[in-house]
Amino acid sequence: MDIVELNAWELAEKLKKGEISSRTLTEAYLERIEKIDSRLRAYITVCPEEALKQADEADERLKEDRGVTPLTGIPVALKDIFSTKGIKTTCGSKILENYIPPFDATVVERLKGAGAVILGKLNMDEFAMGSSTENSAFFPTLNPWDPERVPGGSSGGSAAAVSASECAISIGTDTGGSIRQPAALCGVVGLKPTYGLVSRYGMIAFASSLDQAGPMARCVKDCAITLSLIAGRDAKDSTSLHAPIHDYQSYLDGNIKGMKIGIPEEYFIEGLHPDVDKAVKEAIKVLEGLGAELVDVRLPHTEYAVSVYYLVATSEASSNLARYDGVKYGLRIDEGGGLLDMYRLTRDRGFGAEVKRRIMLGTYSLSAGYYEAYYRKASQVRTLIKQDFENAFKVCDVIVTPTSPTPAFRLGERLADPLTMYLSDIFTISCNLAGIPGISLPCGFTEEGLPVGLQFLGRFLDETSILRAAYAFEQATEWHKKRPPVEKFSEGD
Amino acid sequence: MEYEAVIGLEVHAQLLTRSKLFCGCATVFGSPPNTQVCPVCLGMPGVLPVINEKAVEYAIKMALATECRINERSVFARKNYFYPDLPKGYQISQYDEPLAEGGHIDIETADGKTKRIGITRIHIEEDAGKLLHGEGDGEASLVDFNRAGMPLIEIVSEPHISTPEEAVSYLKALRDILLYLEICDGNMQEGSLRCDANVSVRPVGSKEFGTKTEVKNMNSFKFLKDALTYEIGRQISLLESGERVVQETRLFEPSTGKTRSMRSKEEAHDYRYFPEPDLLPLVVEQEEIEAIMVMLPELPAQKKERFMKEYGLPSYDAGILTSSKRLADFYEECVRLFEEPKTISNWIMSELLRLLKEHNISIEETPIGADRFTALLKLVREGKISGKIGKEVLEEMFATGKDAQTIIEEKGLSQISDESELLTIIDKILEENPENVERYRAGKTKLIGFFVGEVMKATRGKANPQLVNKLLKERLDK
Repeated sequence: MDIVELNAWELAEKLKKGEISSRTLTEAYLERIEKIDSRLRAYITVCPEEALKQADEADERLKEDRGVTPLTGIPVALKDIFSTKGIKTTCGSKILENYIPPFDATVVERLKGAGAVILGKLNMDEFAMGSSTENSAFFPTLNPWDPERVPGGSSGGSAAAVSASECAISIGTDTGGSIRQPAALCGVVGLKPTYGLVSRYGMIAFASSLDQAGPMARCVKDCAITLSLIAGRDAKDSTSLHAPIHDYQSYLDGNIKGMKIGIPEEYFIEGLHPDVDKAVKEAIKVLEGLGAELVDVRLPHTEYAVSVYYLVATSEASSNLARYDGVKYGLRIDEGGGLLDMYRLTRDRGFGAEVKRRIMLGTYSLSAGYYEAYYRKASQVRTLIKQDFENAFKVCDVIVTPTSPTPAFRLGERLADPLTMYLSDIFTISCNLAGIPGISLPCGFTEEGLPVGLQFLGRFLDETSILRAAYAFEQATEWHKKRPPVEKFSEGD
Repeated sequence: MEYEAVIGLEVHAQLLTRSKLFCGCATVFGSPPNTQVCPVCLGMPGVLPVINEKAVEYAIKMALATECRINERSVFARKNYFYPDLPKGYQISQYDEPLAEGGHIDIETADGKTKRIGITRIHIEEDAGKLLHGEGDGEASLVDFNRAGMPLIEIVSEPHISTPEEAVSYLKALRDILLYLEICDGNMQEGSLRCDANVSVRPVGSKEFGTKTEVKNMNSFKFLKDALTYEIGRQISLLESGERVVQETRLFEPSTGKTRSMRSKEEAHDYRYFPEPDLLPLVVEQEEIEAIMVMLPELPAQKKERFMKEYGLPSYDAGILTSSKRLADFYEECVRLFEEPKTISNWIMSELLRLLKEHNISIEETPIGADRFTALLKLVREGKISGKIGKEVLEEMFATGKDAQTIIEEKGLSQISDESELLTIIDKILEENPENVERYRAGKTKLIGFFVGEVMKATRGKANPQLVNKLLKERLDK
């Protein structure tokens, strides 16, 4: 196995023992990127100089054994939604194509503080709006398992980069499934923490009450390690929780004997792809075999989740995206027609079709005369969805579901049909509406060889239980050891 | 038909916090453009607001001072609209769940009666930046974001105001309270205190409201009065000529003294308010309110009451002395230094305030401190100078900044209280006026005034009048 394909915790051990240096490792990842990314296109920006400088600093830190963390010297990459001081941050949009933030997001600050090496910025659906990364204003990212297919989205670049070993760990964001769905489609692990556990400061907002950053990696342990380092109260984010931060890794013992695992019938619907259905049901058997107790639970308001989500998320987005007006930063198109003309041209040419669609939906549902029927009603139903989970968690510790109803779909397949695209997130959306944590990890492959994801949902702030369940499943299976055939993407192939 | 006006005011007061409402930027007025900005108040991608606790405390102070009910839970909301001075494309304000509701203040009406004006609500919000036209190259307008994110409170009155004069009294009373609380500098020219009015008219006795207009841009008490006077007249003449008042926003133009249409109801923004997801609801605990209540200073109405009781001042004097906190403080400082409260009050009201007005400066800028002011009064009491000379000395102090003693010495104004010196002068005058001496002695004692006048003339006003009186009588009566 190539060194870049190792798990981050394994690399950390080698770094600590001095078997490899962070510089060597960083160079290896940069080579991998060089080799395959012109086709795979997970990265929007690669930062070799900064990364190598950080690697050298990490090597010093390791040598002096000064505040070494499990991420010291580990090459990571960020969804291009996180503000990085001095490094272009596009959010996948033309309107921010040349925007260079003057500050680091809190997540970035914490990663740098832990000694991580930042390789670059990853592709995404514009403003995190999409489920395929095809809404990137620049280019689509391909699925490492099949170049004809999408990697999912919106953190498609983050999922693909981890899957294809173009970084050890990546950070994504999840508003309605944007970490978990691409993780499932690319065969990696993706964790969406409880809303408020990881600071949103410096993370470009899509839907403020739903957005949450989280780690994506090739194994559960790497996600746990990363979460411990990026989570925690941030005074710059008023919605950040005053919650105790665990050493999540220490809970991973592989033992889930007696753990009550809820199975919601609402998630095993007719449209579920048969191979997904099969893989998930087999996975549930594995969990049972490990001593977990299966419990039937009901989440009766699930059918409203997609509607509620597209009202709440678009409403907030319509307001969050108002700042891109050509006045202060980013794109400005001024053809001398005055202020309104500048606004119109800038936003018309700066935003893509999906972003415009959502701004319109959100503007409409917040409008006088519609607010009560749409935004207010959606907020009320959101409370019901939250209560569904509270009730379910009275009888179980975690809930298990498929992550996505289908495996990776073909590029272009759903672009013309936004509603079908929206249904890609049908199993992941409720979790964001309720603010609870969720994780997706590989649980098998379809007959065509595409990865299938298994999702665990947990109680508010109970990251430990879903990580434990996921880790136990992972250790009992071999799925996470499979790596995609990246040779396909090499130059000259 | 007789008409009456129905007026409600929306007053914005900029809070005197050291930093902005949602970030750590400074709030100094008049700094060079865009020097008090950061990613947060510039609305850069990914930034988040964090509420300034001091601003909340100040807003609670105002709410308590106007006897509002403070909501234990209030909610920030986004007011969405596009404008270049609004960096995020929305203003963070409070909407259907404001900080405080249901208060009032009392004002005095023209006929000397007290009228209670209800306060609907007080909420916290951020200010926008400022557009600068014609200062850059070419025709481009520039934006200064120094003011963006400054903390404001909006104080909305009930439509209880009936005349432009009442509106001015109400705004003055609000301003006094803000100044007393030291939470706003009350400067209307610089925009730290701004006022919009909702105005309608209706036939006297009618219970229904007429169609209202919103009048903006009244940045002085005079403009408020002029704008309302004009707008009420305009609406009445529309109705009298059988036309209708159109609901709209109107702009007051100081140059013409008129209001003109700014935007119609149809053009009004739909602000698409919704709860600000980046901030938690603002929760104010009862203990917090009580702690602030304890810190609340004496307010104008209470102070006036106390001045009347403690210093034996008439209502009128106490009202004037407490109309500004600085003036009241000045008065009390004087009382501490010189224990004649009524004398001080008289001197402040008849002399000091007149001089301040003549020089067009406020009590804050007075060149005469309480120590110098009372030192002058002491000289008068001790008979070093007469009251009349004292007034001249005060003017001189005002003009030169010198103290009373120095002026008296330099100008030789010191009162002549030396008996032998005065007797010499008196004897000389009696010698020069034998007929009048005789008439006096024959019973025309009123002539004492003539002799005093002559002595004062001879001494250029410096003679101690009481002493002159006494000595003259001794001489003439013997």
